[in-house]
Amino acid sequence: MSTTTHGLGGLKYDPSRRARAPEWNVFFALIGIVLIFELVGRIFMGDSFLFNTRDNVDAIFNHQRLQIIILQVSITGIIALGVTQVIISGGIDLSSGSIVGATAMVAMSFAQVAMVNGNPNPKAIFAAQGWLDLPVIVPVMVGLGCGLLAGFVNGALVAYTKIPPFIATLGMMVTARGIAKWWSKGNPISFPTDSYAAIGKGMMPVVIFVGLAVLFHLILTYTRYGKHCYGIGSNEQAMRMSGINVEKSKVLIYVIAGLLSALAAIVLSSKNLTAQAGMGVMYELDAIAMAVIGGVSLQGGRGSIIGTVLGALIFGVIISGFTFLKLDAYYQEMVKGVIIVGAVVLDQWRQRGRGRG
Amino acid sequence: MSDIILETRGLTKRYGGVHALEDANFVLRKGEHVAVVGDNGAGKSTFVRQITAVEQRSAGQVFFDGQDVNFTGPLEAREAGIETVFQTLALADDLDVPSNLFLGRELYKLRLGPFSILDRKAMRERTLEALKTTAVKIPNVDNPIRNMSGGQRQCVSIARTAAFASKLVIMDEPTAALGVQETAQVENIIRGLKERNIPMILVSHNLRQVFDLVDRIVVFRRGRIVASLNKDETDGNDIVSYITGVKGVETADA
Repeated sequence: MSTTTHGLGGLKYDPSRRARAPEWNVFFALIGIVLIFELVGRIFMGDSFLFNTRDNVDAIFNHQRLQIIILQVSITGIIALGVTQVIISGGIDLSSGSIVGATAMVAMSFAQVAMVNGNPNPKAIFAAQGWLDLPVIVPVMVGLGCGLLAGFVNGALVAYTKIPPFIATLGMMVTARGIAKWWSKGNPISFPTDSYAAIGKGMMPVVIFVGLAVLFHLILTYTRYGKHCYGIGSNEQAMRMSGINVEKSKVLIYVIAGLLSALAAIVLSSKNLTAQAGMGVMYELDAIAMAVIGGVSLQGGRGSIIGTVLGALIFGVIISGFTFLKLDAYYQEMVKGVIIVGAVVLDQWRQRGRGRG
Repeated sequence: MSDIILETRGLTKRYGGVHALEDANFVLRKGEHVAVVGDNGAGKSTFVRQITAVEQRSAGQVFFDGQDVNFTGPLEAREAGIETVFQTLALADDLDVPSNLFLGRELYKLRLGPFSILDRKAMRERTLEALKTTAVKIPNVDNPIRNMSGGQRQCVSIARTAAFASKLVIMDEPTAALGVQETAQVENIIRGLKERNIPMILVSHNLRQVFDLVDRIVVFRRGRIVASLNKDETDGNDIVSYITGVKGVETADA
């Protein structure tokens, strides 16, 4: 029997006529948006969006812009990887941004140096305990612990109390933000050790984002966990009847989302060299938007990490494009909103086109 | 060793004041195919749900394979060897055919807890084997089953049951929503089970199908078993008169 092109029961099957993966549509949208900025730039600004136009630099593309495009979305992108898994499994996570805030505060307070410019660190939270100049593993583990705990609470609430994920994670959103503010009574926490500051230095956020994207793409595609994410989002009852422990899977999904939010917080606070209670506000919505633009269906069951990464890039291109066209940040938000709604509308049409649903 | 695979004694299910199933005494022998028939609300599905432990019985006993069993859920029943095709499809629409066939009992290349790596090739090959015996037409098993017809989906569901069947198969109206050709395919799978000597309980409304496929017919009426008849000793009219209550006192045992 042939391996890839057969049809069972004598039905002819032509693999070349197979439906295009939805990620391609997102990819084409990304190309389209880049082209629009390129065209508008050439016509109205007399400058190229994508290509290098500086005389003193020998390069085809504008590397600086390309770097900024991906750098500015890599931290929310890390969150979006977790949110993608939650949405595929039929849930939603509104708490990511607040988990970022709380984790950044807690982790940073364990990453502080003892001496600043020869004087004792005036902002040291744990000076009395002497918890200063700790090895970088300590704030990282403490931070990930925060994310794990928050994710576990989210997952346990969703799985065992059966309250809607929207409500469970809304509660966590408010609570975690409260913790972020209470931790240092609203004061920012600064002066991290060099090794902590190295985590988010330069292009490190991009490296971490891309590495995690590859890892979770493989996990979602090739492991039982991935299969169960899609299965639960597709037909939870069927999974249960097939003997799958849906509750346990859900807890794990939210724990992973929490861990990724915590990691984003560590990278962000390291990059900024400071942590503030207001960190990560609205990040959850950006992350959800990236996933949705990338073709992750809010009904669950459909979507991919590749799609979300493309969604994140679309985000980055739009932000950079507006800066390039010297348009106010106000317009960015307006357009972002339109694009999010547009992506969902397109997704709905696509599904209706496929009939059964 | 007895040749009885399943026996129920005094099986009863009440939903509040409603007696959906009263004192059902039922015996199924190894290799035997039995049809459960009756009007809507006669207790057929309720009866099946007590055996598969989708619901917990109010009273009575179930003996499976010589053991007095008390399954806490369908999973336990399945692990004991009872494979069931439910009236509502237990399929995940966004997964492909092999994933659905192996739902909950995936094959692995490498076991790493929840992150165990799936052996997709082996699952795919075994899926093709399992489906070949059913003669079901599926253009591409790698597509999500969302895009497939009701018959194709039901065949996947039944092929799953047949592929993993070990001690007992229960089908609750497997052809209710199917076309003529698809029904024939499902019936082929059932005949295959008979050849493999796997016992089956078939809940069905279709008397033609029942007479075609099973050895014995058990009639339910108003939550009670009113008749248990060998196929050769009865006919359609006879069964219908039991179903409608023209014949039969409501105390017979199966």
